[in-house]
Amino acid sequence: MNFEFTEEQKMIQQAAKDFAERELLPGIIERDEKGEFAKDQMKKLAELGFLGMMTDPKYGGGGMDTISYVLAMEEISKIDSAAAVVMSVCNSLVNWGLETYGSEAQKQKYLVPLGKGEKIGAFLLSEPEAGSDATSQRTTAEDKGDYYLLNGTKNWITNANCASTYLVIAQTHPEKKHKGINALIVEKNWPGITLGPHENKMGMRSSDTHSVMFNDVKVPKANRIGEDGFGFTFAMKTLDGGRIGIAAQALGIASGAFERAVKYAKERKAFGTEIANHQAIAFKLADMAVKIENARLLCLKSAWLKDSHQPYGFESAMAKQYCADIAMEVTTEAVQIHGGYGYVREYHVERLMREAKLTQIYEGTSEVQKIVISRTILKD
Amino acid sequence: MKILVCISHVPDTTTKIKFVNNNTAFDATGVQWIVNPWDELALTRALDIKDAQPGAIESITVINVGLSDTEPTIRKALAIGADKGIRINTEPKDDYIIVTQLAEVIKKENFDVIFCGIESCDFNGSSVGGMLSEMLNIPSVSAVSYFDIENGKVNLKREIDGGHEVVATQTPFVAIVQKGICKEPRIPSMRGIMGARTKPLQVVEPVPAEPLVEFVNYEYPKPKAACRKIDPENAKELITLLHNEAKVI
Repeated sequence: MNFEFTEEQKMIQQAAKDFAERELLPGIIERDEKGEFAKDQMKKLAELGFLGMMTDPKYGGGGMDTISYVLAMEEISKIDSAAAVVMSVCNSLVNWGLETYGSEAQKQKYLVPLGKGEKIGAFLLSEPEAGSDATSQRTTAEDKGDYYLLNGTKNWITNANCASTYLVIAQTHPEKKHKGINALIVEKNWPGITLGPHENKMGMRSSDTHSVMFNDVKVPKANRIGEDGFGFTFAMKTLDGGRIGIAAQALGIASGAFERAVKYAKERKAFGTEIANHQAIAFKLADMAVKIENARLLCLKSAWLKDSHQPYGFESAMAKQYCADIAMEVTTEAVQIHGGYGYVREYHVERLMREAKLTQIYEGTSEVQKIVISRTILKD
Repeated sequence: MKILVCISHVPDTTTKIKFVNNNTAFDATGVQWIVNPWDELALTRALDIKDAQPGAIESITVINVGLSDTEPTIRKALAIGADKGIRINTEPKDDYIIVTQLAEVIKKENFDVIFCGIESCDFNGSSVGGMLSEMLNIPSVSAVSYFDIENGKVNLKREIDGGHEVVATQTPFVAIVQKGICKEPRIPSMRGIMGARTKPLQVVEPVPAEPLVEFVNYEYPKPKAACRKIDPENAKELITLLHNEAKVI
C-alpha cells in the first residue's frame, strides 16, 4: 500500500490551490450574493484544462487519473464549490459518459471540444417528479424513424445555460419501464429548447442551475448513446463515477471550513487566551480533523479503484454519503467555532455550510447512497 | 533568441522557518518547495513573449544547481512551459559555488539572455546575477522590471527611485529581474503538467569548486515584545517609558 502522491498529482493539487486562491476567491462573496456565474473564471479554468482533465488526450483532455481529479476538486471546493461543480459535471458525467459509451463519431464531434474545454456539458436526468427515482422518467423521446422527438422538462440542471452539449435521459418505450430509457446527445441551440429562470438556491448560488424544457425537439438517431434502451444503465454507470466528484467536492467544503476554523481558533481570544486553548474548541477541531481524514481516505480509495479498473460503485456511494454528511457536520462546527462572525458573510464558513447541504442532496441523496450501500451488502 | 532562466529551489514563502543541529542547519521536514518567485516571474515573462511573438524566442531553458531533490521544482518550470531543464548535480553551499557551476555550463551554450531573479527568498543573497555576469564577462542589468523583444532586439527598463530607466545592451547579457516584469506567475495547465515528464531534463556533473563562505549558525529574530497599553489620558507615562525604557526620545 502506498499513500504517496506522484509528482504530477502534487503539481495538479498545487495548481488547483493556486487557481482557487488567485482567481476564485476574489469576489466570491458578491457572486454568491448575486447568484452570478463566474464566467471569466470558468474560461480560465477551462483553458488550464481542468474541465477535461480526466478525458483521454486523444479527445483533447489531460489524461489524468481520478486521484488527481479528487485532489483538484478538493482544492477548488475549499474556495468555490460552485466552480467545482462545473468541473465535476464536465469531467465525471458528460465527458466520462461520452468517452466510455459514445461512438467514435460522437466522440469526435462532441467529446473533443468538451475535452479541450472549448465547450461545457450538462447532464439532464432529474425531473420535477423524478429525482432519486430515476426510473420514473416523464421526458419522452418518441421514435420517429430517423430521429427522436423530445418532449418534457428537466429540473435542477447544473450548467444548463453555459453548456452547449446536453446529455438527456428520456423514455422511449414506457412499457419497458427503465429498460425503455435512452440517453441522447442534444445541442442546446436546437429549436424547441427553452430554459427556466436561474434557480434562487440556498447555497452554490453562483452555479448555473435552471430547468430545461423540451418541446418537439428533433434529435438525430445518430445522437443516441449505445443501443436502444441503454439510457438507464448509462445514467447509473455514469453516476457511479459522478459520486467520486461530489464526494471530493464535499471533502473540499469540509476541509476549507476546517482550515478557516483552525486559523480563527488560533487568533480569537476569549477568557485571556486563544480559543484553541480551550478544550471545548480543541476537541471540536480534533473531531473535525478525524472526519475529514476518514472522508479523504474513502474518496481516494474509490478513485484508486476506478483508476485500477476495479468495481467502485459501492465505495463511491460510501464516499459520497460520508463526505457529504461530514461536510454538513464540519461546516456547522466551523460556524460554531466562529461564533457570531461565523454567521456573517465575510468569514465564508456560513457559505460553506450552505454549500455542504447540497452535497447531501444532489447526484443521489445520502439516503439513496445508503440504498446502494445496503443493497450491495445484502445482495448475497 | 535563446533564453536561460536560472531557478532556485526555495521553501514556500509561507513556511515556518526552523533550524536543527544547534541552529546550524535548516529543518526541511515537511517543507514544500517552490520555484523562487522572482525566477518564476522571469520564466513567465519569457513564456508570454514566446506565445505572443512566435519565432522571437527559439527556446527557453531552465537551470538549477542542486541535488536530485530539486527535480520536482525543475519539472514545475517545465510544466509551466520551459522547453528544457538542466540540473547541475551538487549541493549549492554558497553563491560562489552556484555561479561557478552555472558559468561552466553557460560557457558551452550560446544563450542570448540569462535571467536571474533579483534575490532568492531563502538566503536573500542577491549576488548570483552580478557574479555570473562578471564570471562570464558579459553585461548585466539589475532590477529589470520590463523586458520585451522587438525585431530581434531587447527592450529593457529598470526600476530607479521615482521612475524607470530605459536601458540598451548587447547580447548575451544577464537580466536580473525585479517584480513588475510580469503580472503574476503562470499556473501550469493540465497538459503542461502531463507533458513535463517527457521534456528533457539533463543532469550535468559539477566542476570542482570550494565554497568561499561558511554558514556558521542561524539566529532567530528577537520575538516581538508584548504590546503595552497606556491610557490615552496618561501622556506623561508614555513619555517616561519612551524616554527611560525604550530610549527612543
